[in-house]
Amino acid sequence: MIAVEGVHKRFGDFVALHDVSIRVEKGSLTALLGPSGSGKSTLLRVIAGLERPDSGRVAIGGVDVTARPPQERGIGFVFQHYAAFKHMTVAENVAFGLRIRRRPRAEIRARVAELLALVQLEGLADRYPAQLSGGQRQRMGLARALAVEPQVLLLDEPFGALDARVRRDLRAWLRRLHDETHTTTIIVTHDQEEAMEVADEVVLMRRGRVEQIGSPRELYERPASEFVLTFIGPVSRVAGAWARPHDVEIRLAPDGADEEAMVERIVHLGFEVRVELVDREGERLTAQLTRDEAEELELARGDVVWLRARRLARPVGGEPGHGSNGHVR
Amino acid sequence: MSARLALRAAVLGYLGLLLAAPVGLVFWRTFEHGLIPVWRVLSSHDAAHALWLTVLITAIAVPLNTIVGVACALAIVRHRLPGFGLVNTLVDLPLALSPVVVGLALFSFYGRDGLVGGWLEAHGIRVLFSLPAILLATIFVSLPFVVREVVPVLREIGVEQEEAAATLGASDLQTFLRVTLPAIRWAVTYGVALTTARALGEFGAVSVVSGAIQGRTETLTLYVQRSYEGFDTVGAYAGATVLAALAICALVLMSFLQRKGETR
Amino acid sequence: MAEVTAPLAQPLASGARRQASGAPLLAGALSALYLGVVVLAPLVALAFAAAGDRRAFWEATTNPEAVASIELTLAVSAVVVAIDVAAGTAIAWVLTRDEFRGRRLVDALVDLPLALPTIVAGLTLLALYGPRGGLGVNVAFTRAGIVLALLFVTLPFVVRTVQPVLGEIDRELEEAAASLGAGRLATFRRVVLPAIVPAILSGVALAFARAIGEFGAVVLISGNLPFKTEVASVYVFGRLNAGDRAGAAAISMLLLALSFATLLLVAALRRRVTRHER
Repeated sequence: MIAVEGVHKRFGDFVALHDVSIRVEKGSLTALLGPSGSGKSTLLRVIAGLERPDSGRVAIGGVDVTARPPQERGIGFVFQHYAAFKHMTVAENVAFGLRIRRRPRAEIRARVAELLALVQLEGLADRYPAQLSGGQRQRMGLARALAVEPQVLLLDEPFGALDARVRRDLRAWLRRLHDETHTTTIIVTHDQEEAMEVADEVVLMRRGRVEQIGSPRELYERPASEFVLTFIGPVSRVAGAWARPHDVEIRLAPDGADEEAMVERIVHLGFEVRVELVDREGERLTAQLTRDEAEELELARGDVVWLRARRLARPVGGEPGHGSNGHVR
Repeated sequence: MSARLALRAAVLGYLGLLLAAPVGLVFWRTFEHGLIPVWRVLSSHDAAHALWLTVLITAIAVPLNTIVGVACALAIVRHRLPGFGLVNTLVDLPLALSPVVVGLALFSFYGRDGLVGGWLEAHGIRVLFSLPAILLATIFVSLPFVVREVVPVLREIGVEQEEAAATLGASDLQTFLRVTLPAIRWAVTYGVALTTARALGEFGAVSVVSGAIQGRTETLTLYVQRSYEGFDTVGAYAGATVLAALAICALVLMSFLQRKGETR
Repeated sequence: MAEVTAPLAQPLASGARRQASGAPLLAGALSALYLGVVVLAPLVALAFAAAGDRRAFWEATTNPEAVASIELTLAVSAVVVAIDVAAGTAIAWVLTRDEFRGRRLVDALVDLPLALPTIVAGLTLLALYGPRGGLGVNVAFTRAGIVLALLFVTLPFVVRTVQPVLGEIDRELEEAAASLGAGRLATFRRVVLPAIVPAILSGVALAFARAIGEFGAVVLISGNLPFKTEVASVYVFGRLNAGDRAGAAAISMLLLALSFATLLLVAALRRRVTRHER
């Protein structure tokens, strides 16, 4: 559905994208994930036509759109800071794309009502954006982008400016919306939890390059590099090797253990207990236990314990999700 | 508390003595003997022509400077073309420049032995001491206002709304008319009010290039000066009152617009 | 899944259409042309006229009457901006911190000098403080008259640059200083003043530029007596009327250089202020 091939983009001396190629399946929901400055937003803007690549090509629906302006790409775009048209009401915002396309009035009215119902803003059609909360504004932004029936929906950190609770709700809502509409969707995020929760496919980026492409599970279980390993989910370093906290076993005796450490803090998270430890080199690490395990060990702050990694988490190297050039370094 | 009252009294006293009292006095002196003498002055050929000329020049200069001002502001903020740093400084220059220097610059360019004046004259085009010179001088001095008002607002609203319009299919022109222009409309109108006030009141540059020929190239400000220096105080006060009234209209509009811009 | 038909990673032809079409570019180019013709070309012509004859330039700028007019201009401008600093800061303070009926009207009144034609400004001052003003003072043909005229036209600059900054300073900050035992004057000097100094300087620069170039407000009131009340812009006007184009152009170039320097100063100050805000 979307194919990006060999895209380079630099801003002055800063290389934002370096030989990036990705493919996105029709009807999928793909997350572009990475730390800030990794080039994920630039890649999304290149796909939208808001940035022009220095070289490389972009195709949408089998058509090379590299030289086309955003108006002619059949996209819907949702901005981090909403980009609401401040002087228009909610209904006028949503109707904007349809008015530009000179659709009949009755059709516009019906479509706007339908979309406002979809994003649960029915009663607010005549409000101005300034009178809405952040979450409501972003739902308006989504309705506005969906109004023109785009081939692909592009979301640039859409929930980044919202508080944690609203963010979580909207994330689940977006996933349901996608399951209903099946519009090919790309979402940019720096939050690995968000990417894992919402996306079918994750493109992990770092310093303008694709680090790995794969399903959330693939990235977690078969990380292509140490960067992927440490970026996706928590890890602890036990005797120089990586392990997931739930694979770190705490023992009271040294036999068979890998490393000695001291309990620094015990955090009760309901069913699970997180034990924060510090080893001889002063490095901090965590172990995740069930409540029963923790009770059996009778741990207390300051206790010296021995750790063993039940299973090591190591990068598998090579062979990421899709073959293309998504492999590491 | 008393310090606050004293400061307030000092400030009001300063403004009263410097601004309110002199302007009020001129209004009072003008209408001291009723409306008839004022009407007689304003309906004289010279005064009527001066008023007409001033209004005509303003009516041409303000729309031109508004259009170019908005285009300049867009070019400065949105399109980082090479050389627009210079444009940015150049636009401010008329604010800091003596109007006499502006007049002399036009003189040096369009005068008979100026850079292009001789050539123009050989082709039968006369700029100096005629309408085009007054117009050019007025355009020069009133150029910065729209740009100055629009640039910060354009910076503040950012490009996101315009990008959103583009992704929704709007062409550049549609984006400008439906998204950008509504967002900057108060700033533009405020700039237009300032431009109008400046254009109506321009004196120094015009007095250099117009020749101040009575009934032909004499604007209302020049008429006021000539009347005053010729001891025709009734004429000078009448002209000044008309100009002041127009300025106060612009002022009222400005403070109204400022409030409008703030409440948004 | 679509295939990209063209080979990978080919650099784009440089002539390829930009996503922003040619329209904004055209608008930019046209406005640059307009500025060039209206503003730049005459100034270049002025520079040519001034620099055409180096000896004439030298003679014009060392002529005692010219020197006196420039000295007078700089001196009265300095006096005027000094008064503007005090009066402008006080006015801005009262407009942002004081509450009284009619404050809005006073606020609008401050803009009057921006809207009122300069010749009218001079005329109104003469009406009250001139020979027939009835107050028993007469500033016509005196340096005090020039100062008064310049105070009138430069009034808004310091007020309008300081006012927004003063409005933004947190009152809590001032109250905190007061609660720590700082007296009213100490609070102003230690907390408020450092914050508004860049704004004051910016206003001063604008007022100074305006003062050295002012013509309309001064021309009636000063009487234009050489060596006594003749300011630089009036001197330039007189030279031109006397047919001395080169002399007029030479002094104009000096004024132009001063204006330009002031503008650059304002731009630098503005950058400093915005950096501070970040």
